[in-house]
Amino acid sequence: MHLVETFEVGPWSVTAVAGELDVVGGPELRQHVMAQLSEGSSHLVLDLSGVDFIDSFGLGVVVGALKRTRLLDGDLRVVVPAPRIRRVFEVCDLDRVFKLHKTVQEAVSTA
Amino acid sequence: MTPGRDLPAATRRKSPDSAAAYTGEVVLEIPAQMELVSLVRSVVSGAAQLHPCFEPERVEDLRVAVSEATTNAIQSHQGVDSAAQIRLTCNVTEEQIEVTIRDHGKGFDPDALPRLPDPDSPERLLHESGMGLRLMRMLADETEIRPSSSGTSVRLVFCGSKRSRAAVGR
Repeated sequence: MHLVETFEVGPWSVTAVAGELDVVGGPELRQHVMAQLSEGSSHLVLDLSGVDFIDSFGLGVVVGALKRTRLLDGDLRVVVPAPRIRRVFEVCDLDRVFKLHKTVQEAVSTA
Repeated sequence: MTPGRDLPAATRRKSPDSAAAYTGEVVLEIPAQMELVSLVRSVVSGAAQLHPCFEPERVEDLRVAVSEATTNAIQSHQGVDSAAQIRLTCNVTEEQIEVTIRDHGKGFDPDALPRLPDPDSPERLLHESGMGLRLMRMLADETEIRPSSSGTSVRLVFCGSKRSRAAVGR
């Protein structure tokens, strides 16, 4: 797992993630999210377009990120265009916990 | 794993559409190190990709479920004074792939795990773990977990031509 880039779109802080979000890659993303929150960003977008594998550990990191942004009255939006990655979210009913967006543009422009 | 060209003739078969179907057993023994989960995923999904009855989506199901079981096995060795290896057996037949992951860790009772709150409940966000077992059960055609005092054995069966329960349910 590696962080490709982080950039701002309006109030949103977008992080593009690539690689494998598992028990090895997940902790790095969790640390990144914690750092963003401690720096004052509470509206986060995780762009998982470059992620080619996710399991329950990676899902847990995303759930934890949502919980932490909500505690700060913020929000988290997740970009998951690949059907095979989206399916892992869906099997765990996480598409009912947060909306999965297909593009960053869609994520930041949704009301 | 053993490349197909090196398999004995008895294990090299032809499927009805003449695509080569390789059958046999791949055994992998690893120390309990998290960095090796991706290696296990690569080996098992590589075996599935050789199978003519396994569509890419089914290979992905297998990759995720095996990752969950392997991560659990490695985690179960944490804090246990044991140098024992985790043994993964991947048995490929013409109809299915059966993966068994045997650890020598603390063992766990799958029925004792807390139930996740409903996705619509705010309480759901309090649970960052507990999804691995669900993924295994939904993505594999059969899931059998046998805990014991000397470790846990997890058996996952994937049928190539069938759609998983997760796919059927949607």
